[in-house]
Amino acid sequence: MSSRQLAYLSNYSIYSAMFIYTVAFFSHAVEVAFSVRNTETSTKFDFARTDKSGRIGTAMMILGQIFLTSGVILRGLSAHRAPWGNMYEFSITGAMAFSGAYLFALIKYKIRWLGLPVSISVLLTLGTAVAVLYRPSAPLVPALKSTWLIIHVSAAIISGGVFLLANTIAATYLILDRIESRGERNEWAKKLPSLEYLDQLSYRLVAFVFPLWTFAVIAGAIWAESAWGRYWGWDPKETWAFITWIAYAAYLHARVTVGWRGRRAAWLCLFAGSTFLFNYVYVNIWGTGRHTYSGL
Amino acid sequence: MSTDTPLGSVALLRWTWRQLTSMRTALLLLMLLGLASIPGSLFPQRTQNPMKVRDYLASHGALGSLLDRLRFFDVYSSPWFSAIYLLLFISLIGCVLPRTMEHLRAIGKKPPLTPQNLDRMEGFAVLANGDLDKAEAWLRKKRFRIRREAHAISAEKGYSRETGNLLFHLSLILILVAVGVGALFGSKGEAIVNVGERFVNTPTSYDSLVFGKFQSDQTMQSFSLRVTDFSAKYDSATNAPQDYTLKVGAAKPIGTPEKKTIIKVNSPLTYGNTKIYLQANGYSPVVTVRDKSGLITFHGPVTFLPQDGNLTSVGAIKVPDMNPQIGFVGSFIPTYDRNSKRGAFSAFPEVLDPRLLLSVWKGSLGLDSGIPQSVYRLDTSKMQRIALKQLALGETLNFGEGSITFDGWRSWVNLQIVDDPGKLYALVGAILAILGLLLSLFTRQRRIWVKASNRVEIAGLAKNSAPGLDEELAQLKKWMENEL
Repeated sequence: MSSRQLAYLSNYSIYSAMFIYTVAFFSHAVEVAFSVRNTETSTKFDFARTDKSGRIGTAMMILGQIFLTSGVILRGLSAHRAPWGNMYEFSITGAMAFSGAYLFALIKYKIRWLGLPVSISVLLTLGTAVAVLYRPSAPLVPALKSTWLIIHVSAAIISGGVFLLANTIAATYLILDRIESRGERNEWAKKLPSLEYLDQLSYRLVAFVFPLWTFAVIAGAIWAESAWGRYWGWDPKETWAFITWIAYAAYLHARVTVGWRGRRAAWLCLFAGSTFLFNYVYVNIWGTGRHTYSGL
Repeated sequence: MSTDTPLGSVALLRWTWRQLTSMRTALLLLMLLGLASIPGSLFPQRTQNPMKVRDYLASHGALGSLLDRLRFFDVYSSPWFSAIYLLLFISLIGCVLPRTMEHLRAIGKKPPLTPQNLDRMEGFAVLANGDLDKAEAWLRKKRFRIRREAHAISAEKGYSRETGNLLFHLSLILILVAVGVGALFGSKGEAIVNVGERFVNTPTSYDSLVFGKFQSDQTMQSFSLRVTDFSAKYDSATNAPQDYTLKVGAAKPIGTPEKKTIIKVNSPLTYGNTKIYLQANGYSPVVTVRDKSGLITFHGPVTFLPQDGNLTSVGAIKVPDMNPQIGFVGSFIPTYDRNSKRGAFSAFPEVLDPRLLLSVWKGSLGLDSGIPQSVYRLDTSKMQRIALKQLALGETLNFGEGSITFDGWRSWVNLQIVDDPGKLYALVGAILAILGLLLSLFTRQRRIWVKASNRVEIAGLAKNSAPGLDEELAQLKKWMENEL
């Protein structure tokens, strides 16, 4: 198959994945919406009734993941390289990592309720990628031709996916915390796990992926040393990667040594995650420096 | 804290030291370092883009000069950034070294005594039967450290959590030291070399060269590079570069037979701590300038600087040995094209159909004024333009005072030569830091107690509420209650 055909096939896979994620989103939405059972005195949620819809949602998330992954792989095949050369490719791979992190965590933890925010985030990311960031598949500029591209970028993308998942959970924590502070949880929120569970889960995700992020930064430094002649040069991307690292290091310290839990820890987690997003969006689009290649 | 005793100043010093080396301060400094590095990513930096700094200063007036005085354009070498960096360094040492000593002393020690009341601990359970020997056998099998008391066992596991933790922080210190060594003992320079020319590694060969504080030209390595060939490949559809290959004949030390070597963007030439990188490339048009009598007053390649992705390049040719002095402002177009909107421009970065656009100036070049001049710019304040012409390859322009011929072109490469003796330590530090981090984040530290007085009790305590203690206690319970 020619490069162009592979690129088309990649695009179709991404479009299909978007369709499937839409179905997943609606399945999860139905799971919540149609479990409402009105009695004369109160509104009750009966999730047993819509369990099937939730299961369909998970099945669609898995199917979407398959299409999205093949879209990313085909993109790489069409360009004869790892598919991490511009922001369109980072975005589809990032969406893949994010939804992959969700499915991976789903094996161990009961977090199907996250399907709703995860599917809509993936959908929005893919939508932005396809509509705004799309660039034709093309070879890499010489500076990017290195084995470190695969090592550095994959580590960074996986870390990003897990960081954002931890962020989603921390945000859920804060919303539920607010609800609980006003009294009992709403009916729909009763299905969600306890605050303590969410608190621990977001911590575990961060603690799990922090070494990988450290590795991503170090791999970047090693690559920079061979491509640009210095391992650290305070390029805006490097600076913000460092700030993200510090923010998560502070989060881990706050939990482990100072004993922060709950609300304060969740805010710190959200802050740290937002430095990562800022780095991705601001530095790539408006920033200057050596991480801005080929348009976007 | 009273300071009115004779020991006041000593006490104050001690107090300061304790404050500085407390974990709280270390964390605060870490956060501050992150905060202080933000302006460097928002404002242009002199080390990265001096032109942008100049533009910013020109367009922002008073605000610009205020920011400049606050060192916002040299954030990472500013006094306030260095202060945070150094304080963090001291704080980290003061924080980590005592803990390391403590940990080393604790290695041979037994776990602390069993607490009086186990029922306040996690997973407390009263067993139906079992004895201490049985518990000890299980704990030994699971490689716990054990303190056997008269009627109790205190066991602990997961010391490597602290080992990893300390290893991580000690590695950070190593990285900070490595950065310092690189800055103090390193050097970094750039040189533009035309294809066919030879670069000799001496300070005068460089276009720019910066030494660390403790480094001088005495310690420079002896080598020379003859640039034999440079080739660049571009994508025919997008014009994006695909490959740069530089071929050099390298002699180390200078004077020895040259060895053929290839330098590419991601694979520099390495001599110990010194690395030679291919950093940029461009074109040098080759011209011959003659005076009225036809005598050659200048001949050779002149380095022009690329202005865009298609390598439209501009530069200046200065001929002081003519009377009056002659200067040319030139623009080199590798692949000529023109339209009504942009005029003449380059359509492709390779040289397919080159043109040299020249404006000719006569008067004083201003070279004797003592003020350093850019070789790429012509100071035309005391000059007068006498001709303007576009030359194809081989064409000659007669401008009255003489003539100029566009003979050809050569590629030039910008070599970046970096000597960083600290980077190996930084790498070792980075690897150890990751190992330490993994060890500390994935080791569970926990204690288990077994008491056998009038009844048999077990309980445990997991540091940082690590999961899995309940299961472990359940296993122990099962083992002890099992009659076999």
